[in-house]
Amino acid sequence: MSVLVFANSTDGKFKKTAFEVVSYGKKVAEQLASNLVVVTINAADATELYTYGAEKVLTVSNNSLSTFNAKEYASVIAQAAVKENASIVVVDSSINGLYLSPLVAVALEADYASNTVSAPSSINPFTVKRKAFSNKAFSNTVISADNKVIGLAKNSFGIHENIVSGALESFDPTVAVSGVKSKSVERVTGKVTIADADTVVSAGRGLKGPENWGMIEELAAVLGAATACSKPVSDLGWRPHGEHVGQTGKPVASNLYIAIGISGAIQHLAGINASKVKVVINTDPEAPFFKAADYGVVGDAFEVIPKLIEKLKAFKAA
Amino acid sequence: MPDTTSKINFTNNDTEFDKNGVQFVINPYDEFCLTRAMWFKEKQGATVTVVNVGSLETETTLRKALAIGADDAIRININPTDGFLVAKELAAVVKDGGYDLVLAGKESADYNGQMVPGMLAALVDFNFVNGCVEIEVEGTDVTAKREIDGGTETLSTSLPLVIGGQKGIVEEKDLRIPNMRGIMMARKKPLQVLEAKGSEASTSIASFEKPAPKGAVKLVDADNLDELISLLHNEAKVI
Ligand SMILES: Cc1cc2nc3c(=O)[nH]c(=O)nc-3n(C[C@H](O)[C@H](O)[C@H](O)COP(=O)(O)OP(=O)(O)OC[C@H]3O[C@@H](n4cnc5c(N)ncnc54)[C@H](O)[C@@H]3O)c2cc1C
Ligand SMILES: Nc1ncnc2c1ncn2[C@@H]1O[C@H](COP(=O)(O)O)[C@@H](O)[C@H]1O
Repeated sequence: MSVLVFANSTDGKFKKTAFEVVSYGKKVAEQLASNLVVVTINAADATELYTYGAEKVLTVSNNSLSTFNAKEYASVIAQAAVKENASIVVVDSSINGLYLSPLVAVALEADYASNTVSAPSSINPFTVKRKAFSNKAFSNTVISADNKVIGLAKNSFGIHENIVSGALESFDPTVAVSGVKSKSVERVTGKVTIADADTVVSAGRGLKGPENWGMIEELAAVLGAATACSKPVSDLGWRPHGEHVGQTGKPVASNLYIAIGISGAIQHLAGINASKVKVVINTDPEAPFFKAADYGVVGDAFEVIPKLIEKLKAFKAA
Repeated sequence: MPDTTSKINFTNNDTEFDKNGVQFVINPYDEFCLTRAMWFKEKQGATVTVVNVGSLETETTLRKALAIGADDAIRININPTDGFLVAKELAAVVKDGGYDLVLAGKESADYNGQMVPGMLAALVDFNFVNGCVEIEVEGTDVTAKREIDGGTETLSTSLPLVIGGQKGIVEEKDLRIPNMRGIMMARKKPLQVLEAKGSEASTSIASFEKPAPKGAVKLVDADNLDELISLLHNEAKVI
């Protein structure tokens, strides 16, 4: 018996969520007194994972897997699980992780617990805590199926160092035939994406118009942050749809979320609640966002933001 | 699913969601899918069936979908306690009905499972595109776009297909609401109730809990932004 973790890489490089799922897998393996196996696909340097407790790493190097394909990747993971006799498979909640997890679950006849936020509170019955109702509550879910796929919510368990002397083993699974083919990728390059960002700078209708986003971009640049916006802002065409965050937009689980001129409607908060630290800047002290935030400034964005940029630049330079 | 502004409360020792006073609505992701299905119907002559796995109370939602223009509705009579169970029940209907295309929402806005569409696709062995923001069908050829981090990916695939759809396959302004004529016609449209195939749930919810109450916001004076920077650096340790 073992715990299998899929450590996702993009262009050969691991993102932080890969280290988080490995940290998590290590913890679960300890709880079950079993061993941890990590599977990687075309990763440049899988030994990086030893730092987080990966004792054994299966490395798959295969050119036909160079672009992500959910069915192909899911079949690789399922074959690794069978080979390693793993009854628990852990996958991150990246867009690609969420795409392939249900397919792995069906292949293994496993049950799938998405949105898991913590290590099992009990092994028997196997119980994990999951997000529910758009972050407004948690459910303690008991999984009774023998095989389990756990989708770990981003930034929930954290990255924990646990250095082991691991070993790599090359693994050569059969690649499933997929009826879905990638034709092209359209990506804005050189921008921090909301999914990857530690900090997200987000602005709402309080900014009055698209011409005022210069200072938002600049604040984001100073902080190495991604930019985001509320729904009306993207509906009005002030900002691209890809920046819309909230319940019907992208989820945000960053370390720091700065909301500027956003009222804090329940649907907005639902999507950003998972962020660790929230800062609100708003002229209206009664704006609901102040109830959800950790730090707040009551003030006019057009005065506060330029000042904040100057001060942050000085702080960074110091 | 419960309307998003609903108060979330639990009863029975925090083991059950309190439906009292909660208004149920079509999941926003499914609304986009339903409108896209209407376009397939109007432009390409598709027949549209809406399916729900759930108890009697969900029939209002199915009637609404019929009023918007779906041709017929099916309710599978079982409490949808677990994503795999829902997917298995839907798989039976999809296989029996000879459907070519299943438009499901990327996620339900209540449990946010993101489980059902992928599991369904795998169970019936259809092609699958998740996070779908654009779909065009010609014959059995499909071109679809899905959202990826920082952009989109264009995919080519074919029917039969399941998608997990989201905004983009239609826009907000395209969403339809039932009109009087639609509501009248919906009354005559078939709504079939099927007994469940007896799929068993292998996950169950032992209890619910709410997040720990948050401390009050720390207000910083707009003239003292150095303090904000210091708090974020020294206390929150996020910059
Ligand atoms: C089904 C459904 C789903 C939804 N999904 C989402 C979602 O995913 N994401 C989302 O964001 N919304 C969503 N909404 C919309 C949501 O209810 C709110 O309408 C929206 O979030 C409000 O956006 P806003 O805060 O930018 O604008 P407003 O509510 O107009 O707030 C503007 C804020 O800016 C402040 N302000 C004004 N001038 C200044 C200034 N000079 N400096 C600083 N502050 C200033 C005001 O005090 C106010 O608080 C959804 C709604 C529904 C019904
Ligand atoms: N009980 C159900 N009946 C019918 N369809 C469902 C049901 N639950 C989920 N779905 C579909 O699956 C999608 C994703 O749901 P979920 O996996 O719960 O996040 C939804 O948007 C629906 O299209």
